[in-house]
Amino acid sequence: MKLYSVSRRGLLKGGAVLGAGLAAPTIFTSRASAFTNEPTGSTVTLGFNVPQTGPYAEEGKDELRAQQLAVEHLNGEGDGGMLNTFSSKALQGNGILGKKVTFVTGDTQTKSDAARASAKSMIEKDGAIMINGGSSSGVAIAVQGLCQDAGVIFMAGLTHSNDTTGKDKKANGFRHFFNAYMSGAALAPVLKNAYGADRRAYHLTADYTWGWTQQESIVAATEGIGWETVETVLTPLASTDFSSYIAPVLNSGADVLVLNHYGGNMVNSLTQAVQFGLRDKTVNGKQFEIVVPLYSELMAKGAGENIKGVLGSMNWNWQLDDAGTKAFVQSFGKKYGFPPSNSAQTCYAQVILYADAVARAGSFNPCAVVEALEGGDSSLPGVSSAANKGFLFDGLGNGPTLYRSADHQCFKDVLVVKGRENPTTEYDTLEIVEKTPAAQVWYEPDHPMFAGGNLGTCNPGA
Amino acid sequence: MSATVKDNDRLLLTVFVILVLAGPIVLAPIGASYPDLLQRFAIYGVFAIGFNILFGLTGYLSFGHAAFLGVGSYAAVWMFKLLNYNVIPALVLAVVVSAVFALVIGYVSLRRSGIYFSILTLAFAQMMYNLAYSVLTPITNGETGLQVYTDDPQWLQTAGSPTTTNLFGIRMNEVFWKPEFLGFEAQFNYGYYFAAVFLILAFYIALRIFRSPFGMMLRAVKSNQNRMGYTGLNPRPYTLAAFVISGMYAGLAGGLLACMDPLAGAERMQWTASGEVVLMTILGGAGTLLGPVLGAGFIKYLEAIFSKVNETVLQDWFSFMPDWMGDALSFVISPFVGEGWHLTLGALFMAIVIFLPGGLIDGARQLGRWIGGGFGGGDRKPAHSPVPAE
Repeated sequence: MKLYSVSRRGLLKGGAVLGAGLAAPTIFTSRASAFTNEPTGSTVTLGFNVPQTGPYAEEGKDELRAQQLAVEHLNGEGDGGMLNTFSSKALQGNGILGKKVTFVTGDTQTKSDAARASAKSMIEKDGAIMINGGSSSGVAIAVQGLCQDAGVIFMAGLTHSNDTTGKDKKANGFRHFFNAYMSGAALAPVLKNAYGADRRAYHLTADYTWGWTQQESIVAATEGIGWETVETVLTPLASTDFSSYIAPVLNSGADVLVLNHYGGNMVNSLTQAVQFGLRDKTVNGKQFEIVVPLYSELMAKGAGENIKGVLGSMNWNWQLDDAGTKAFVQSFGKKYGFPPSNSAQTCYAQVILYADAVARAGSFNPCAVVEALEGGDSSLPGVSSAANKGFLFDGLGNGPTLYRSADHQCFKDVLVVKGRENPTTEYDTLEIVEKTPAAQVWYEPDHPMFAGGNLGTCNPGA
Repeated sequence: MSATVKDNDRLLLTVFVILVLAGPIVLAPIGASYPDLLQRFAIYGVFAIGFNILFGLTGYLSFGHAAFLGVGSYAAVWMFKLLNYNVIPALVLAVVVSAVFALVIGYVSLRRSGIYFSILTLAFAQMMYNLAYSVLTPITNGETGLQVYTDDPQWLQTAGSPTTTNLFGIRMNEVFWKPEFLGFEAQFNYGYYFAAVFLILAFYIALRIFRSPFGMMLRAVKSNQNRMGYTGLNPRPYTLAAFVISGMYAGLAGGLLACMDPLAGAERMQWTASGEVVLMTILGGAGTLLGPVLGAGFIKYLEAIFSKVNETVLQDWFSFMPDWMGDALSFVISPFVGEGWHLTLGALFMAIVIFLPGGLIDGARQLGRWIGGGFGGGDRKPAHSPVPAE
């Protein structure tokens, strides 16, 4: 016990030193700032929060590639990509407001909990002033709420749920990607042309916010063209085996299967549906068809042969031939050796749009950025609506695009695509069937599928 | 002996309190002084201390403790949704509900011991996890996670009260002091200190349980249940009490998690989360008082810091070396960091179980003895010497 009393003294001493350290104000320097994570040095930090594991990991990794490319272009490295074609010329290629752009990354694991923890650590520890990313609407909504509370800007990546800019919309959150309602509006006329007005649809739906709103949108749109909905079944996001969900489809009397699945989920469910021979069946005297309302190049690649002829919708595709797309595909291809996916494009565009808004506002203050992104009174041609107001831009690959100030949702053309029957190259998996104009997918901010939310006011934090 | 034990405990408690209160400063040099991670240290410390009351004392290895954590979180978020953002009712309900669940699950599972008990608890937890995802979606909001919406009733919410979790107006997420300490940034946050108070309370109660006759009974269960039975004692009430207490600790931890960030996801109940607390306890030293807290801090630190190290950071570290050497080193190390941090954790866990069966605390003690000082005395408590899990 003698040894022990020595150690007690030592520990008490240690405690005293600590106390003295706490008491000595000279070694502390407190700092004050006008808003959360105000960049004071020569750099500014952006946080890229994407799924690197889980069912959406492939999408997340592609987003990360595009985000890194955007940072390069902002800092004036590389060939400048879509900065050259972007209609706003506020960015100089010298970082943002002269500060070099750096970034930190985080793994959302496609889980709301983990995504919030990783976003929190990027904001609190690394001093990120903007969070970009998310390949799942559940995650995007959770992180958007966090950013609103913390006082940083959230530039949503791939999130397709109506709720992101509907009932869960937030003043500090912005979405460039299209949404489930737009998919329904764009797909319905094409489906009617291709498969007729007398069809019976069976829905398999990922069981979370995105799946629910997409199912609601597609059901509404297809019933609008005369289809009947036989059954809607929810499947867990984490499942990899869908055979037990697909078997009952055969006996349900349905002749169309709608897969409200995305990423790894869709690859598995589509592959299994094809293996079950659904597409070779004839039901009610009609050829059985499969529809995947939300497509991506990475899913098409994952599903291989099975997607031939399957219809779906997309935000953007690398095969478009406007100047912005060409510039982006070229610089992405040069760096990574393959064309970008539509999740990559939306993240790239969001980073550029954020930087541009800061440059135009002349400040990193989130409230100034929100004001700049809500824009002035410019409006989208071809739509007569009081809500047609916001920030209008062009040259980021989607043609003329409006950031609507009423709900922070982008309005632009939507692509309807189909799995290509005879691909010529490895990346030539999808063909563009139709470019649905923005006016056709327009909705009012108080549309019932988007009602219930409130933007609130911008929060600059401490 | 009793006098020295008392002195010893008082000192242990004092050191613990000082370390916890000075947390933001002590941890600043290793880059861990930011609210989210500090809060996690404190909360998972509570979780692990509670788990240790069951596992460390009775030897019953529960593989489903995360279920109580999840239940606590859901209960707390429901209080936010129904009443207001005050954390007190949320924590009360979290502890009460998890106690009820622990009572039911414990009553059934404790009819068996050893591996069968572990499997039973695992099955219950997995069942609850799957229920949260499927039929209970109206209560748990499934995959999206339970969160507070603007159109929730919030009956006690008045116009002026904060719209984020608070203790009578003190916001949990607010950083009230952000000094620079010897070149490292430290962040003092209300949420951390709120959780820290519970960590200290939890530690104190665990200490009292360890030293009480009740604690002695629990150790008797671990050493030989048959002999205990032959002496005319029924072990069941003791083990059930220990199970419920540790379930309440887990519920408190879950409630605190929700208090720091009002969102509850079913992932919190997954078996990996249950396994994590087992790792924390064994890594730190099962059956010791400080061990589980250390283990919790160790794992959460690895998770937060190691998982952030990516290719670019590595190249930064090795930039002073010649190119080929830096590349070679980052090639060797990169599988162990970033997404691969679990690999590091696994390797460390194996090393500790093989070379330091008493966990980190045992390592610290041996190190202390080796240096010649002795941290808290090497031969303090024979009863503490860890016994491998059965």
